[in-house]
Amino acid sequence: MNNVSQDHFVTADGRSIGGALMEMQNITLRFGGVVALEDISFDILEGEVRAIIGPNGAGKSSMLNVISGFYVPQEGQVLYRGSLRPAMKPFQVATQGIARTFQNIALFEGMSVLDNVMTGRITKIKSGIFSQMIWKGRAEREEIENREVVEKIIDFLEIQAIRKTPVSRLPYGLKKRVELARALAAEPSLLLLDEPMAGMNVEEKEDMSRFILDVNSEFGTTIALIEHDMSVVMDLSDRVVVMDYGKKIGDGTPDEIRNNQEVIDAYLGVSHD
Amino acid sequence: MLYREAGDFSTSYTADSQTFPIRFDRYRYYFILVVAFLVIPFFVNDYWANAILVPFLIYSIAAIGLNILTGYCGQVSLGTGGFMAVGAYSFYKLMTAFPEISIMLHVLLSGCITAAVVTLFGLPSLRIKGFYLAVATLAAQFFLVWMFNKVPWFYNYSMTGMIGSPERTVLGIVVTGPNTDAWAKYFVCLIFVTLCGIIARNLTRGSVGRKWMAIRDMDIAAEIIGVNPLKAKLSAFAVSGFFIGIAGALYFGVFLGAVEVTEAFGIEKSFMVLFMIIIGGLGSIFGSFAGAAFMVLLPVLLKNVFVGGLGWPTDLAAHLYFVIAGGLIIMFLILEPHGLAQLWRLAKEKLRLWPFPH
Amino acid sequence: MPDKFLFAMEVMLNGLMAGVLYSLVALGFVLIFKASGIFNYAQGVMALFAALTLVGIKDGQIPFAHLINAIFGTNIHHFGWHLPAFVAIIFTVIVMIGFAWLVQRFIFRHLVNQEPIILFMATIGLAYFLEGVGDLMWGSDIKKLDVGIPKGMNETIELLTYNRFGYGFFIDNLDIFATFLAVILVTVLVGFSQYTKQGRALRAVADDHQAALSVGISLGYIWVLVWSIAGVVALVAGTVWGAKSGVQFSLSLIALKALPVLMLGGFTSIPGAIVGGLIIGVGEKLFEFLVGPMIGGATENWFAYVLALVFLVFRPQGLFGERIIERV
Repeated sequence: MNNVSQDHFVTADGRSIGGALMEMQNITLRFGGVVALEDISFDILEGEVRAIIGPNGAGKSSMLNVISGFYVPQEGQVLYRGSLRPAMKPFQVATQGIARTFQNIALFEGMSVLDNVMTGRITKIKSGIFSQMIWKGRAEREEIENREVVEKIIDFLEIQAIRKTPVSRLPYGLKKRVELARALAAEPSLLLLDEPMAGMNVEEKEDMSRFILDVNSEFGTTIALIEHDMSVVMDLSDRVVVMDYGKKIGDGTPDEIRNNQEVIDAYLGVSHD
Repeated sequence: MLYREAGDFSTSYTADSQTFPIRFDRYRYYFILVVAFLVIPFFVNDYWANAILVPFLIYSIAAIGLNILTGYCGQVSLGTGGFMAVGAYSFYKLMTAFPEISIMLHVLLSGCITAAVVTLFGLPSLRIKGFYLAVATLAAQFFLVWMFNKVPWFYNYSMTGMIGSPERTVLGIVVTGPNTDAWAKYFVCLIFVTLCGIIARNLTRGSVGRKWMAIRDMDIAAEIIGVNPLKAKLSAFAVSGFFIGIAGALYFGVFLGAVEVTEAFGIEKSFMVLFMIIIGGLGSIFGSFAGAAFMVLLPVLLKNVFVGGLGWPTDLAAHLYFVIAGGLIIMFLILEPHGLAQLWRLAKEKLRLWPFPH
Repeated sequence: MPDKFLFAMEVMLNGLMAGVLYSLVALGFVLIFKASGIFNYAQGVMALFAALTLVGIKDGQIPFAHLINAIFGTNIHHFGWHLPAFVAIIFTVIVMIGFAWLVQRFIFRHLVNQEPIILFMATIGLAYFLEGVGDLMWGSDIKKLDVGIPKGMNETIELLTYNRFGYGFFIDNLDIFATFLAVILVTVLVGFSQYTKQGRALRAVADDHQAALSVGISLGYIWVLVWSIAGVVALVAGTVWGAKSGVQFSLSLIALKALPVLMLGGFTSIPGAIVGGLIIGVGEKLFEFLVGPMIGGATENWFAYVLALVFLVFRPQGLFGERIIERV
């Protein structure tokens, strides 16, 4: 089914997509007796936008949690940049350049927007606690450097005006955007987005789609996203994985997915009839 | 123009991330420092030092310590009294074992020892969360107090089981023991308060503070964006322990001079410091000072009004203190969960616009 | 050494009896926590307050006599009556229900949807407040509480064990009485929550506040109900404890005894509270008996906590809790 070649190629809009950044091989995840993921394999290519779709409870979020190291699958392996990823804690996965957003916004409600986005830089901090106690020198320099990076992202996502606002006061749509900013602040190689447009109106969805495409084309960030809105998925993504009841039932370009009979039966057919 | 920030722009990120980005605040801070260091020492008398200023300064350090752990990192601790006892007994052992070394160094060392002990008791926080952890810290409280009571080595086998601080000098000035001048006590505590305040502020405005707050607000998300929960929590326990240890050492060595552990460092102390940070403001350095001032002044005030003013028996005033302290805690939690610090912030916001609120 | 074994047996039995009392206090915690998510630190002070009120009403003390005397320069203290125990108990129950209503109306109604830890700290404030009020109302002197609970060594048991082992066990009648009382109370409570309409509503609220509201259960009513029940449990615990060692401030410290029981048994499990209480009662008495003399004694102050702590590190969900799957 997967007929995109592993070699580098250039898409119609001029982005270059290359070898596999991440390969999931025969992943099986169980919670007690419940099988959340069953023998799932797929890959994410460097520079592409990869969508994971499927009905509620199909195991999409579990899949993302496996990628970010939050769940450890009972079987199967994860290859990152061509080599086997050993068992890791989530924070170690983050230092490898994988950042994500969450389905139910997981911002730090007690902090300002700026501080929230600055937490995205945590994996880049080198100065220790003693140096930070004194503040002068390395700690201060590092803070300023990180601040510069963060300010660029704040500009990019057009949230300058709310920089110092406590996150808890923001409306839903802006919170989603701040969460994206926090993930981008880590300058990730792989960005995981768990339903970035859930609960948004059409206008907000358009804004968010634009940001996602810009991130992909300007920074060359590889993106894997879960989304329910089919038209958005078909427009944004280079390739799509379809899941149902913890199994993979389809994998390919949006056009292929549209014409895949199994997918239509299991998922699209129901909602588009 | 009581207070303003208009026309006061940060032109660099350095300027924007300093402690007091607004010029007016900065000048007031310098003013307070000058008064505290250069004016008060010449006027302070025994009553003011012993009843108000010295306990205020010492409790401020303890409150900053607990605020880092509870207000910034979200780990509720009910073991503050026991941890202060660790600082006090470390200080006692150090100053009696190495009399030739400056006690200023001993105070810092006591802080470090307490940091180590508190970190040890912080280890369960990796598995235990919320109330379970709060209750688990009571294990530290009871065990430590019991240990200092039962192991004679800690109180140098003294007959009474109490510890008393011998006379020690710094630069020729007596700072511990019964012959200490009021201003010397005050000054020693002031030095440590200033030091702790600056350290706490530096830690909380940078990435360490952000890690703590991330853990507090949502620990799972924090771990996924790259915060090592082990390191973040234990560093909060350690820093908190350092401050609380210093507070304990000063409370015993400089303030009281002689203590009995159950009386001075019982569970009441844990609650008192917890009340300070709730009333002052969780997650605020300024709030730690405000809360400490409030809790130190409240009983003094009640005593002056009811016992001194109305001639009531002291036990009645003491009972009333419980009613008022408890009532205030509840009131603050209901009306202003961010404490005095938030009231202060709101007042500033009002003043900022004054006299043209629209 | 059979002697030592017999002693240990006796210590264990006494531990079981003490454990029953711990369970009783822990039960009050569990009830409130299950129904409202509030971890009520004031439970111990509630027991103290209930016992103080019981003594005060029974002996006809005038509430706030101290305060009134101080303000108006009067010298009043007693109404001059002595009520029978059961009348005083009924009045005390009414006071505790009134207290439950006040707490719900003036405190927790305003703290709905706050974080659990904020609620916890509010109950610490409540504990201080209530302690102060209790002292102001009834005075802080140690009082004797006599409601006709039998006291002293149970001679039947002493005789039986003496004939059997050649050594008579000392078991206090009061402890036996307390055990029966606790068994009855638990049975009634379990029956109430399983078989009555209010009980079902209570369990519904415990499961999901929102859902309970949406099917027309009044949260306010349930909370007053639960705090009243906790008040009655506190009264029972306070009465038994007060009869044992006098009504005084230290009575409120039984809350501190109940906390490790909760850690061990889990905050939401009634069987957990009972089993946890027994384990801790037996554990601390045996530890004090066997290890205490070697390390200076008075280990009861911390043993329960350390036991619970060590246990939790290996099993964070407690004895009867279910493993939690974390989600994001």
